Amino acid sequence: MSKPKLAFYLAGGCGGCDMSIVDLSEALVDVATVLDIAFWAPTVADAKYKDLEAMPSGSIDVGLFSGNVRNSEHEHIAKVLRDKCKVLIAFGICAACGGIKGLVNLHTTEQLLETAYIDTFSTDNPDKVLPQVSYVENGKYELTLPALMDSKKLDEVVPVDFYVGGCPPHHTHVAKAVNAILTGQLPPAGSWITMGKAVCEVCDKNPVLQGKPKTFAKTVKRIYEGNPDPNTCLLEQGYLCLGPVTQGDCGSKCPSVDIPCRGCGGPIPGVKDFGLRAVSAIASMLDNEDLVDQIPDPVHLFYRYTLPSSFLGKRLKR
Amino acid sequence: MAWEPRIIVIACQWCTYQGADLAGSLRYSYPPTIHIVRVPCSGRVEPEFIAEAFRRGADGIFIGGCHFGDCHYKEGNYKAIRRFKLFKRLATDLGVDPERIQLEWISGSEGKRFSEAMTEFDAKIRELGPNPFKGGA
Repeated sequence: MSKPKLAFYLAGGCGGCDMSIVDLSEALVDVATVLDIAFWAPTVADAKYKDLEAMPSGSIDVGLFSGNVRNSEHEHIAKVLRDKCKVLIAFGICAACGGIKGLVNLHTTEQLLETAYIDTFSTDNPDKVLPQVSYVENGKYELTLPALMDSKKLDEVVPVDFYVGGCPPHHTHVAKAVNAILTGQLPPAGSWITMGKAVCEVCDKNPVLQGKPKTFAKTVKRIYEGNPDPNTCLLEQGYLCLGPVTQGDCGSKCPSVDIPCRGCGGPIPGVKDFGLRAVSAIASMLDNEDLVDQIPDPVHLFYRYTLPSSFLGKRLKR
Repeated sequence: MAWEPRIIVIACQWCTYQGADLAGSLRYSYPPTIHIVRVPCSGRVEPEFIAEAFRRGADGIFIGGCHFGDCHYKEGNYKAIRRFKLFKRLATDLGVDPERIQLEWISGSEGKRFSEAMTEFDAKIRELGPNPFKGGA
């Protein structure tokens, strides 16, 4: 049997998901011998879009798509990959839910361009030149740029078979996911590749796991206020940790070093809208309703990684 | 056909739902635009329910629960108000008119209050117009 073919594409991402695959280190060497990398742009393999476009439909076994869909180029390659890949995986929280860069949907493209290219203090742009989709240089050389659009998660553009959360996915989780793909032990199509437990269930600060009763948060604190007690649940201390609704495949890495979970792992199974379920979980952990007013900027806190997957976020007052 | 509001009332079975029942027994009228969904407790109401109601075209959502101290499950309504307040802040930031969602405590004996609250809320939603997710303002 020939080796399974793998494609990896970095769309509107930072390259962190590529790094998490590189972090497999020795395991990657084993994986590389059983996999044939058909396309990995732009970070690892030197393949061009036209090479990918020339491949027959369905010729790639597994496609990993990292980053959100932010411009016409991403959208085009997403469609090409969907055609070429038998299984397409939204790899990392950006592809799965829109990611931190999904927060651009709070603003219009015009507002963003105006801030980035005109309004900022350090910008010197007297002619107010903005990026153009196409431009003719010297009257004969046509230059093009992909057109910006609202941030989308991958499944708003093409159907997706599986989702992997994390920003980036922890390498032990990647190893499990890759193993599941290679051995064919995959969950039903359309689901997340996850162990299905929340961060709290693997967090050693969880009072329930220590046999202690849960208590309400009496204050709301920002991360820079005071030093958290390393043995007490961050939520109980008032640091708004989204562990209760986030997949714990990371092994509770952030709370273990006293950093509250921000929800990059994606929603635990059964949750459609991460931000709203987080509102529900956090609000019921507070001691009284006045504390609600002390939470600064709920949108950026609860939808930090998932705004494009929110229904209410689809219609923003601009 | 002229637009008629569709209002979803999520009512706690121990108080507001009983209040609605009493309003009927006492022949207090309230607008036919409201559609009551019975829940075990106002603390059962997830913010996702409200978003889902908007998604399916509700123009306004009213949540009715027990007065403080009256909750059948002791603290469900305290949870409800904390969730509701936080959801309202989040939804406002996302561009939803906060006037479209309302939380009120209506006990089983307040049939009159139920009919008044429904009439007021219906009037308010008529003023606000159709659900923004259906193309309204």
